[in-house]
Parts: sequence; structure tokens; C-alpha cells
Amino acid sequence: MIAFVLDILTATIRNATPLTLGTIGETYSERSGVLNLGIEGTMYAGAFFGFATAFWTGSLEIGLLAAVVVGLLAGGLMAFLTVTLGANQHVSGLGLTLFLIGVSEFTNRLAFGGGQSLRRIDPYPLVDPLGLGGAFSQYGLTYVTFLLFVPVAWWVLMRTRFGLAIRAVGEDPEAADAAGISVFRTRYAALMVGGALMALGGAFFTLAALGSFTLDIIAGRGWVVIALVIFGRWGIWRAVAGALLFSAVYSLQLRLRVTPGWQDVPFELLLALPYLVVIAALALSGRNVAYPGAYLKPYRRA
Amino acid sequence: MSAISDLGRRWIASGSLASSAPLVVPMALVVTFAITSVFVLAAGADPFDAFYRFLIAPLTSPVTALEVLVSATPILLTGAAVAIAFRAGYYNIGAEGQLLAGAIAAAGLGTVVGGLPSILALPILVAGGAIAGATWALLPALLRVRSGIDEVVTTLLLNPVALLLVNALLNGPWRDPETGFPESAPIAASAEFPQLIERSRVHLGLILALAIIGVTWFVITRTSVGLKLRAVGSNPRAATFAGLDVNGTLLRAALVSGAIAGIAGVSEVAGIQDRLTGGLSAGAGYTGIVVATLGGLTMPGVAAAGLLLGDLRVGAGSAARALDIPSQVGEIVQATLLLVTIGAVAIIARRRARQGTA
Repeated sequence: MIAFVLDILTATIRNATPLTLGTIGETYSERSGVLNLGIEGTMYAGAFFGFATAFWTGSLEIGLLAAVVVGLLAGGLMAFLTVTLGANQHVSGLGLTLFLIGVSEFTNRLAFGGGQSLRRIDPYPLVDPLGLGGAFSQYGLTYVTFLLFVPVAWWVLMRTRFGLAIRAVGEDPEAADAAGISVFRTRYAALMVGGALMALGGAFFTLAALGSFTLDIIAGRGWVVIALVIFGRWGIWRAVAGALLFSAVYSLQLRLRVTPGWQDVPFELLLALPYLVVIAALALSGRNVAYPGAYLKPYRRA
Repeated sequence: MSAISDLGRRWIASGSLASSAPLVVPMALVVTFAITSVFVLAAGADPFDAFYRFLIAPLTSPVTALEVLVSATPILLTGAAVAIAFRAGYYNIGAEGQLLAGAIAAAGLGTVVGGLPSILALPILVAGGAIAGATWALLPALLRVRSGIDEVVTTLLLNPVALLLVNALLNGPWRDPETGFPESAPIAASAEFPQLIERSRVHLGLILALAIIGVTWFVITRTSVGLKLRAVGSNPRAATFAGLDVNGTLLRAALVSGAIAGIAGVSEVAGIQDRLTGGLSAGAGYTGIVVATLGGLTMPGVAAAGLLLGDLRVGAGSAARALDIPSQVGEIVQATLLLVTIGAVAIIARRRARQGTA
């Protein structure tokens, strides 16, 4: 029983890594006033281009760097559409997702042929800096995410001038503008930083967890993140808690599949469980949440 | 109070979607051509040749022109489904899941109505699929109107759940007993949509799609129900103050949207596949959002955009084979066209606003 719980704890932290990265990225975007539904495609493109670059260069670090660049570009494109042009955010984000998935699969086909790529790289190994084993045996990116990115993301958002600017342009852009904060530049920065984090989350799958790229690798996790951000009420810590909750349910169902007595339950139904838990969590906690004041609103100087 | 201000936000954000998009699309196609040439060139083909094959070539022979109608059928339906919901200010992004729910219902009912004549079997299938689609749309709609929970997230999350349900059925109880493939048993002959034109795959689903678009157009533009829907969609705050039942309108729009998307699933099962298969949707639910947006959320616009994207789907498939380029170029062109169009619509809307205030 203890081994069972430890297994699930270990897997929960591991599986929460990409969700946590995505959740921080989406929180930054939304706190600046822009819903980025491009997240699903951004994670997908991060996963693919991170993998492809690592495959071609033989360097996992250059792969990570490529994912970051793809994420910055994706966030920049989203900003161009919604901030510069003021286009509808829902459709811009969905269009961006369709575009990035299309470009990733197109390039995959062109570069590697066939649909399911069988090409593999040697991914990042598990590390255990404290020598404690068990739940402490994780990927480096997982350590960096939880010990560095999460606290720094919170600190930047809540305690720095840049974070204040993000919250200001997302809450009341007119007032922020009057106070000398550039709404355009701040939203561009928030979306690009957010995009980079999302793409890193995608790259976690190919460069750490799997070592290969498969079609539909993100499988709706970007949509899960959108829900987690609402669940987290646009705060970093609550959103991370949500990511851990989703990941716990996800890891539990993975484990149940190989647990005697559960093999007769179709694994697809177990796999659907985490999505349903997120909907239930939203239904229970998402009543009348206060969205950022300028959510979905393009800004124009009057 | 918060529900109302939430609606106010949506109104401002959605304003530019019911728009001049259909008139912008021809120009947007030129820009899309310029942008996507990069991908065609990267694949080693001539962009002019490729674009001729994407858009013009399918219309030059009767065989491929009819195939355009086949390809347009499901996206005309999902486009109408999305447009009616968006028009009411309800962001149903779940047409994909609702389509699959309708397909499951059609495949299930199709195997048990064998004893009935077509005149009974077909309405049962269509009604069953519509109910299934509406049922799949019900939970997000209730959460939205009862608790103010954003329907974008819940409808999106139910899409992968629907696909998992399809896979669970196909790998489990519905697996074809004879072949062992993950496909359901074929539906009864009396439940298959009749073919409309000799030696083509054009089927009853096309008539159904055009009829639904026609009826929806009439209801939205010519009836008091449609007036309410448009009022709620364009300015929910004013609609609330005018005493309109905003939540009831949203709920009905969401369910009708789900029902139409469900019929798209029936159409693919009964018209093309004759059974439930894993790849049945081919993203038609998401393409419906593209169709609705390019169509400016109007029904004539949806009809035109559905045919255009049907043309593109057929053209991209044949161009991919002829020029040996990845068929995903079709998805890239489609997504680029969507982004260029909404960008252009936003620019035009801003110009108009500036002229209005000047």
C-alpha cells in the first residue's frame, strides 16, 4: 500500500511538470488580459520542434532552446493578432492552435516521413540530487520547474514592476496607460514569456518523458490548463495545486490499469477520468469567479 | 451582477465576429497564398501549381466537383452549429465531441433498425443523433447558465472525452466481431443515407445540411426567436434590461447547436462510413469554427465558406498525392486563411470605428 502511494506520488510530480509550465504561461497571458487558446498548439509545436532540433543537432539543450524560440514566436503571433490588430481572442487562439499543429505535422511528415515517427533520441535521464530515491528521482526539468520557475513566476508577477505592469494592463488598461505603462509592450511580453513556458511544457514530453514524438502527443492537456487557470483564480500557487490534482488523478488511473482487478475496465474510460475531474472541480469551485478586468478586451486609446 | 458583467465582456469581444468576413475572404485568400507558399516551397513544389490544385482543379471535373460536396457536407453542418451558438454569444467549441456523440448514436441505432423501412429508420437515426449531440452539449450549457462557468473550457474538455468514448467502444464491446478491426459492425442497409447522384458519394446528408442552413437562416433573420437570439448575442446587457430571457436563449442555442453537430455525426456514419470508426470526424468539429467565422456567423456565409473549405479539403488531398507534399498543407492553408481573415476583419472594424468617431 505504501509502495502504491509512493508510486503515485512520484508519477504525480512527474506528470504535473508540463501542466505546471503551461499553467504558469497561461496565467501570465490571462493576467495581462489575453485568453490564449493557442496553448494546445504551442505545447504541440514545442514538443515537435524541440524533438526535431534535438534529433538533428544531437543536443537536448539546443532542443530545449528551439522549443523556447518556437514558444516566443507563437506568443508573439498571438500578440500581433489580439493586441496589435485587436482580433477576437477565442478564434485567434483556436486558429493559432490549428496552425501550429498543422505546421508541426507537416514538418514531421516532410522530415521524418510516415505518421507515427519511430525516430528516438536519448532523452534526459532521471536525476536524484539528494540520493533519496522514490519521489525524489525526477527529471531535471521537473526540479527546475517546481523549485525555480514556480517561485520565480510568483515573485515576478506579484513583487516586481513587470508583474505589476502585467496585472495593471489586464485589470484596467486605461489606468495603466495613464500611469505610463505601455499596454502593447506589456501584453506582448506576457504572451511571449507565456508562450515560451507552454512550449517548454510540450518539450518535456519529447525531450524528457518519452524521447520520441507521436501524433496527438498533447491530447487536450492545453485545454486542461485553461481550466486549471480558472480553478487557480489566476494565482500561481492555486493553479499549481490544480495541476498536481489533475496529475494525481491521471497518475492514479495509469497505475490502476496495471492493478489486478482493474484490467477489465476499459483504459479509455480511466483516461477520460482526469478530464471529468477537472470539469467537476470547476463546477464546484468556479462559481462567479472574478475574471481579470480587461479579459478578452482589446485595448485602444480613446 | 457578475454574470451580467461577464456577458458584457463577451459582447465587446464577440462584436467583430458577426461581420464582413465573407466579403474579406477573397482578399484574405491572396494573402494566405503568399504566406503558405513558404510551406509549399519547403516541400519542393511550385506554389502556383499547388494553389491551382487546391482551389481550382477540384471544380474542373464532375467527379471531383461532386466530391467537394461530399467533403463539404459535415462542415456545413458543424459550421451552422457553431454559427448559431456564437451568434447567441455562447462559445460552443465542443462541436467535435457533439459530432462524435451523434455518430455513436447513429452507429448504435443503425444496427438495430434493420427490420424497419428506410422511411422510419432514417428519421430515427437523425433524431437519435440530434438528441445525442444535444445531450453532449447539455452539461456545459447548464454549468454556464446556472453557475456562470465558462463554456469554452468545458466544451473543449469534453472533446477528448468523446473521442475516448468512441475508442473504448471500438476496442471493447463494438469491435467488429468478424474482422477484429476497431470498427463497429455495419449499420443496416435501410439505415444508410441514400446516394443522391449516380456514381458519386453525394448523399442525403447534403440535402439535410442545406435544409438545416435554410431553416436556421429563416429562424435567425425572420422570426422573433431569431431576433431574441441576435439581441442576446450582440448585447446581453441590453437584452437583460429589456426583459429577455438571456439564460433560456443561451441554453436553447447551445442545445440546438449540439443537435446540429450531432446530425453531422449521423451524416458521416450513415452517408459515408456505414459504421463507427476512430477517424470518422477528421476534425470536422474544429473546422466548423473556421467555417462559421469565415461565414461571418451568417447562414449564407456558412454555406459559401463550407463549400470553399470542402473544395480546399479535396484539393489539398489530390495536390498532396500529385505533387508529393504532405497533405497537412491543407490544414495549414485553412488555419492561415482563418487567421488572416479575422485579422483583416479586426482592421476593418477599427477603421470604421475611427471614421465613426472622427
